[in-house]
Amino acid sequence: MALPKYTETRYRIWHYFYIAICTFVFFFLIAPLFVIFPLSFNAEEFLVFSEGMKNLDPDAFSLRWYKDMVYGTKNPWGLAAKNSFIIAIFATLGSVILGTVAALGLSSRHMPFKGIIMATLISPMIVPLIISGVAIFFFMAKAGLAATHTGIVLAHIILGTPFVVITVTATLSGFDHSVTRAAASLGSNPVNTFMKVTLPLILPGVISGGLFAFVTSFDEVVVVLFLAGLENTTIPVQMWTGLREQLSPTILAVATCLIVLSTLILISAELLRRRSERLRGINR
Amino acid sequence: MSSETKQILTTDGIPLEISLKKAERKNKIKAFLLVAPLLLFLIITYIFPIGEMFTRSIDDKMITNMLPKTFKSMETWDGKELPSEEVFASFLSDFKILVEKKEHGKLAQRLNKEKNGFTSVVKKLFRQVKRNKIDETQNIKEQIMKVHKRWRDVEYWQAIKRTAPPYTSAKYLKAMDMYLNEDNKIVQVSEDRRIHRILWLRTLEVAFFVTIFCFLMGYPIAHLLATLPMKYSNLLMICVLLPFWTSLLVRTASWMILLQQQGVVNDFFVIIGLVADDNRPEMMYNKVGTYVAMTQILLPFMVLPLYSVMKTISPSLMRAGKSLGGTPFVAFWKVYFPLTIPGIGAGCLLVFILAIGYYITPALVGGASGTLISNQIAYHMKSTLDWSFASAMGLMLLGGVLVIYWLYNKLVGVDNIKLG
Repeated sequence: MALPKYTETRYRIWHYFYIAICTFVFFFLIAPLFVIFPLSFNAEEFLVFSEGMKNLDPDAFSLRWYKDMVYGTKNPWGLAAKNSFIIAIFATLGSVILGTVAALGLSSRHMPFKGIIMATLISPMIVPLIISGVAIFFFMAKAGLAATHTGIVLAHIILGTPFVVITVTATLSGFDHSVTRAAASLGSNPVNTFMKVTLPLILPGVISGGLFAFVTSFDEVVVVLFLAGLENTTIPVQMWTGLREQLSPTILAVATCLIVLSTLILISAELLRRRSERLRGINR
Repeated sequence: MSSETKQILTTDGIPLEISLKKAERKNKIKAFLLVAPLLLFLIITYIFPIGEMFTRSIDDKMITNMLPKTFKSMETWDGKELPSEEVFASFLSDFKILVEKKEHGKLAQRLNKEKNGFTSVVKKLFRQVKRNKIDETQNIKEQIMKVHKRWRDVEYWQAIKRTAPPYTSAKYLKAMDMYLNEDNKIVQVSEDRRIHRILWLRTLEVAFFVTIFCFLMGYPIAHLLATLPMKYSNLLMICVLLPFWTSLLVRTASWMILLQQQGVVNDFFVIIGLVADDNRPEMMYNKVGTYVAMTQILLPFMVLPLYSVMKTISPSLMRAGKSLGGTPFVAFWKVYFPLTIPGIGAGCLLVFILAIGYYITPALVGGASGTLISNQIAYHMKSTLDWSFASAMGLMLLGGVLVIYWLYNKLVGVDNIKLG
């Protein structure tokens, strides 16, 4: 942002001050993530930059902790990763199906009690997680689903659906309903219309809602801590235990992998958002 | 009345009005059926359990079921002097059933919560009953009173009477560091045991300041992102979105590394000469750590709603303000800022609600002085297993959140919440 030449000095100063603040905030946001990268390649056990690392000595860097993460004896990360992915995938599927169908109903102009139903559907997003955790735990304990994968998947469906409902209703708000009527007048049944006409058009919204649901499940730790037994441990639970007991560099290796994963998710979410905006005809 | 207007009929002879209503109803049902699966699922797995938290938090039926006859006969007792023979007799018969069921321990535990010193009295009575020392044909009152001197103390009988109602507000009072005393008056616990009120205040304080910090830091960068040309702002947006999508625990871990005594932040302070190398300040396991980490973690939730609102504000408005003679500051304050209020509201609400229920980050970087009410709830859920107390605190927290949400809805409107 170049300033015009006639700008007075005090506004010029103010402008640079503003740029400086913004730079600081961006740095504050992003820098912590990058501390993890170099330290995860540390050859030593301490979580500080060693003299060798400061001098960029190649011997100070190693893949030791990544090896430990994958091959280490009695290492929980393999099981945790497997559980995390299984749970997140099923929770995402469940959230997407339930949430999309509900969003279709909600965006119909015939929907009765729209306000209160919408409030109920997105309540798991508004209620603090710890309370959701307690409530869900009570249900799962009663249903005999505590310490099972099914229980955790169901819990994550509860937490994930609001995101799908919100993104899909948002996509449907720009949706031209005459196309479904056109399909119906051409003799297509509702299911066929949905699969062939509606779904392809709202797909970006559905997928980005799914991404939210996936990340919610993959990153969720409060509810899992209440529900999980030893067999259902997930990556966040393992990190939580690890961070509470002792910060080991292996955790940093895992964290680095997670940052790479979130970068991939970010890229796909951004691409989807742009595609969705193009489809809805919102061009900025 | 004028002559009847002719009803419009559809082709199959049904009046149009009825036919339309029928179609409308059909559409309503169709729409509702689509929502029904999720609604039902949430009601069963989520809304009901929250209701169950409430019944659990006020439930005191256990003892009511243990001493049914005693409470029945106590109804006529005025509670001033020792109860009559009848009360003693029914208490003994209730107690005998409990001994048979081996539940007298539970009774002692529950009564001891009401008044200290019950454990030993109940135990003594148990031994006498076990050995069949109490003769039911004789005066039971005399015999029980001989078992332990506290059975002669009217205060203990008053305590039993207080446990009679099947519902209790004790857990809610406990969460406010209060209790019902012998005269049924609400009193505060002694000063050195008031831990919960500190936690509530601290939770509010942390949530409030984190919201303020997020606002102060988020507003400028949201403004920058909204006014920069697309190609730069997309690049900078990554700085906001990458933390947003990154695991909470990863971000907490990185703050633990940064803030530790030998960490990067302290290194930096030493290098610029702010602190001496041998006198590095403790920045983790206290409130500083909680504030710093929570602000960074919740900042994206402030920036995204602000950005989406600012994006819709036309830059020509500011230019118009300036061309009409306002200085840039006046134009900003009178034109731009009021237009961003929905975004400020959404961002602050989101951050505040997330912060008030925060658990993971305070537990890891907060230490003892940084723990919040959520940590206490989790502690009672997992360690002391006092689930009714955890439920009571959870519901109080939920009540607070709902009030804030309602206020927000009144002031700004909920429809302004957007995700990215």
